[in-house]
Amino acid sequence: MSETKKYPAPATNPETAAFWEAAKQGKFMIKRCTACGEAHYFPRAICPFCYSDKTVWEQASGEGTIYTYSLMRKSPTGPYAIGYVTLKEGPSVQTNFVDCDLTTLKIGQKVKVVFKPTDGAPLPFFTVA
Amino acid sequence: MTIKGKAYIAGIFEHPTRHAPDKSTAQLHAEVAKGAIEDAGLSKDDVDGYFCAGDAPGGAWPMVDYLGLNTKKLRHVDSTETGGCSYIIHLGHAAEAIAAGKCSIALITLAGKPRTGVMPPRAAGAEVDFESAYGATTHNAYGMCAMRHMHDYGTTSEQLAWIKVAASHHAQYNPHAMLKDVVTVEDVLNSPMISDPLHRMDCCVVSDGGGALIVTTPEIAKSLKKPLVKLIGHGEAMKGPRGGKDLDLTYSAGVWSGPRAFEEAGVTPKDIKYASIYDSFTITVLMQLEDLGFCKKGEGGKFVADGNLISGVGKLPFNTDGGGLCSNHPVNRGGMTKIIEAVRQLRGEAHPKVQVKNCDLAIAHGTGGLLGVRHAASTAILERV
Repeated sequence: MSETKKYPAPATNPETAAFWEAAKQGKFMIKRCTACGEAHYFPRAICPFCYSDKTVWEQASGEGTIYTYSLMRKSPTGPYAIGYVTLKEGPSVQTNFVDCDLTTLKIGQKVKVVFKPTDGAPLPFFTVA
Repeated sequence: MTIKGKAYIAGIFEHPTRHAPDKSTAQLHAEVAKGAIEDAGLSKDDVDGYFCAGDAPGGAWPMVDYLGLNTKKLRHVDSTETGGCSYIIHLGHAAEAIAAGKCSIALITLAGKPRTGVMPPRAAGAEVDFESAYGATTHNAYGMCAMRHMHDYGTTSEQLAWIKVAASHHAQYNPHAMLKDVVTVEDVLNSPMISDPLHRMDCCVVSDGGGALIVTTPEIAKSLKKPLVKLIGHGEAMKGPRGGKDLDLTYSAGVWSGPRAFEEAGVTPKDIKYASIYDSFTITVLMQLEDLGFCKKGEGGKFVADGNLISGVGKLPFNTDGGGLCSNHPVNRGGMTKIIEAVRQLRGEAHPKVQVKNCDLAIAHGTGGLLGVRHAASTAILERV
């Protein structure tokens, strides 16, 4: 299903362009603040925790665990599972689970990032590790 | 400064329609405005404050013009947009404006037709590239909350089903309710799974319609003929994942808006005789009851079971009009109808079969946006004088 599903290309903007450029190389980036040390996602120029502008890009491991999920049983493009993954680096990210059995997903299950193509930069998704 | 007792709800109107393909959205706004103004015993030329949200075509200035409000008199407008709870926030803001002398007769309107056609999309936020492709809908966003709540606290689908059962017991007496049949826990569990773990009957209806309120000063309210209902506490709050660090889908912004309202009112959840709780989904009600302090966090499942929310049966009668789960959910926004049924209860105008005896203190609480993504919440505590 997910292989054939058409995903929208990200519009991107000056604040997030580096994320999408890295995605084209298969790299999943987060932002980290060098002032307070906290990582965050999605990426901002100004740290949402301490308001420092000393935020830097960091390649994340792409590994994490399922925080929660819900299997949408019907949609115009078929069933899909939306959820949140808590990354090894700390932040939780919204995503879809793909390329795996969507009926056996479990909270706490280990997952890893996988990119899917669009007409622009590829989009990050997660699959069972 | 407090708004406690500074503003009264003098007019209410809920549109009886649930499907309005033959009317315009602006027309529905005008019909509910007319209804609330007449309910209060006022005239449209008395209105000097107007409040609307994202459902009002074009926003405040086209609506003020379309509605023919008296622009020589109108001196306060507010188009705060916080989804389904916008109107509960408007109620608080109207009280603030009245307390500050910025207006004396405020009109709040909501109307729209999601059952007739697709609603216009909301403007994108900064998160758009990082979220829009994943297909968050109301169903799966609340499904994600329910899934985590079950994981953390052992909440069950049977417990959630009791919320729908209670709503259906009330809806049977509402001639305008879309779903009037009383249902059982088994009916809910046997309805199709929409987005795990939420079944079809865990979801609210989709309806056209609307509602409106007139909020005014104590002096003007006392000069009118309706039973007196005053706002004694109000709170508002917002919550989101904030950089992915604060993600916890087991509670809502009601944990902040609720205590703010209760503190201002000087009452506690134990004092509340009737509760209007936004019921976009069964899980919405359960989480908000916990967040507002009607029971401990994680114990919402036990609290709602066995008819505890049924008027005349349980300890906390809720949504006695049938709520969004059974009666209506105009514009996919439940805040307005929550206030209206709370006022009916305080006036003694609810259906006799569901009217709470000696109902002198009520709460109307709602959320807007998606509990599973980012949202607002607002709480109003209302007292019969």
